[in-house]
Amino acid sequence: MKLVEGLYYSNDHEWVRVEGNKAYIGITDYAQKQLGAIVFVELPEVDTEFAEGDALGVVESVKAASDIYIPVSGTVVEVNEELADSPQLINEDAFGSWMAAIELSNAEELEKLMSAEDYQKFCDEE
Amino acid sequence: MEPKKTSLYETHKNHNGKIIDFAGWSLPVEYEGILVEHEAVRNAAGLFDVSHMGEVEVKGKDAFKFVQNLVTNDVGVLEDKQVLYTFMCYPHGGIVDDLLVYRFTQEHFFLVINASNIDKDFQWMTENSAGYDITLENVSVDYSELALQGPKAQEILQRLTDTDLSTIKFFYCERAVKVAGYSCLVSRTGYTGEDGFEIYLNHEAAPKVWDALIEAGKEEGIKPAGLGSRDTLRFEATLPLYGNELGEDITPLEAGLGMFVKLGKEAFIGKEALAKQKEDGLKRKIVGFELEDKGIARHGYEVAVGDKVIGFVTTGYLSPTLGKNIGLAMLDIEYTELGTPIEVKVRKRSLKAKVISKKFYDKKYKK
Repeated sequence: MKLVEGLYYSNDHEWVRVEGNKAYIGITDYAQKQLGAIVFVELPEVDTEFAEGDALGVVESVKAASDIYIPVSGTVVEVNEELADSPQLINEDAFGSWMAAIELSNAEELEKLMSAEDYQKFCDEE
Repeated sequence: MEPKKTSLYETHKNHNGKIIDFAGWSLPVEYEGILVEHEAVRNAAGLFDVSHMGEVEVKGKDAFKFVQNLVTNDVGVLEDKQVLYTFMCYPHGGIVDDLLVYRFTQEHFFLVINASNIDKDFQWMTENSAGYDITLENVSVDYSELALQGPKAQEILQRLTDTDLSTIKFFYCERAVKVAGYSCLVSRTGYTGEDGFEIYLNHEAAPKVWDALIEAGKEEGIKPAGLGSRDTLRFEATLPLYGNELGEDITPLEAGLGMFVKLGKEAFIGKEALAKQKEDGLKRKIVGFELEDKGIARHGYEVAVGDKVIGFVTTGYLSPTLGKNIGLAMLDIEYTELGTPIEVKVRKRSLKAKVISKKFYDKKYKK
């Protein structure tokens, strides 16, 4: 299982990369493996506000549509349009394929998320 | 309840199958991936474990009369060793199940039914067997079943048997065919839109024959294939699935499968209701559609025109072979003409779509 140090991980298998007050959000390598070939990604719109746990977007494999829940609250400042045309990028490089970047509205929420090491343990038990 | 394991459970694990619970069975949804397996079946060959399917034997003097009354298609046209696709309907015309009827002799039929319906079907058959001189036996637990599907299926299977497979025509079977030394019932049938065979055999033989087929088809690029590609393949070939296109509240005519209902034959269960529906005209039916906006329509999504809900999606996929977002939907009859603009409700959005022909993929049967 691929992991990247320094990211925050949620138990819904999203990752968060923090740069200042901005956070990039994507799904983990473990998640893309579980989903299989990803054929469609529904991205949020810029300026939309999300509370922790809201459905940020949808990732669809051949078989099913899966909601992606935002693990921290914030307002979308940027989306990765590349994924709209090339959803398979998530399969190829899950940690390079962020879906949205948000302006964090409550950075303290990050403390509830897991480190790479804790997430590894979490996945081993699933 | 713990899902049941087929005789190939360990085999699937060895092939890294991703196991899910399907209709009470632990079965692989995919091994390498749905798309790879789908493509293998379209271009070479794929091997499926379909041991979850149910089998019922009908034997006795009145076997033909019983089956002819039970199903909508005409069993009277069958020769020995011929196979028929048909429905069993309720008196109101809704579908109990879709099934294959194998005629071994006029006094011995073999019925193949859906896993999720085995108990219901067997009870239905039993209830409707009064007055017929027959014995009915649910033999589902006795059989494993493999489906070898794809343009290379015959070539691969031929390496493992002395029976000349070219003599088994489309929708015919041969009993006691020796495959890799094991006795099997082999029919030229399937659920993918490709040429291929379904192989019924005992549980001891199944893993051995599976391994032999995978080995025999190596050069052609045979792949073990899971339930995921089984569904995308049957969908592209517009083969219906019970629970999606078929159900207790859907008639075969509404499903667009009237060719498997022979209203001209003597009495059968559901005949009056189906004849009346045909005479009165359909109020709704299943059509094909293609999305014009980006997105994927899936089973159960609403279809609308403006504010008016006009139906629901029965199956939808990004078609692996055609690369288009297409689906099947049950729509009110006034919206079923080719080219009609419709909208599919995908989560909070309404996606533009239009009605198209259901013939998504040209079936490659060897007839």
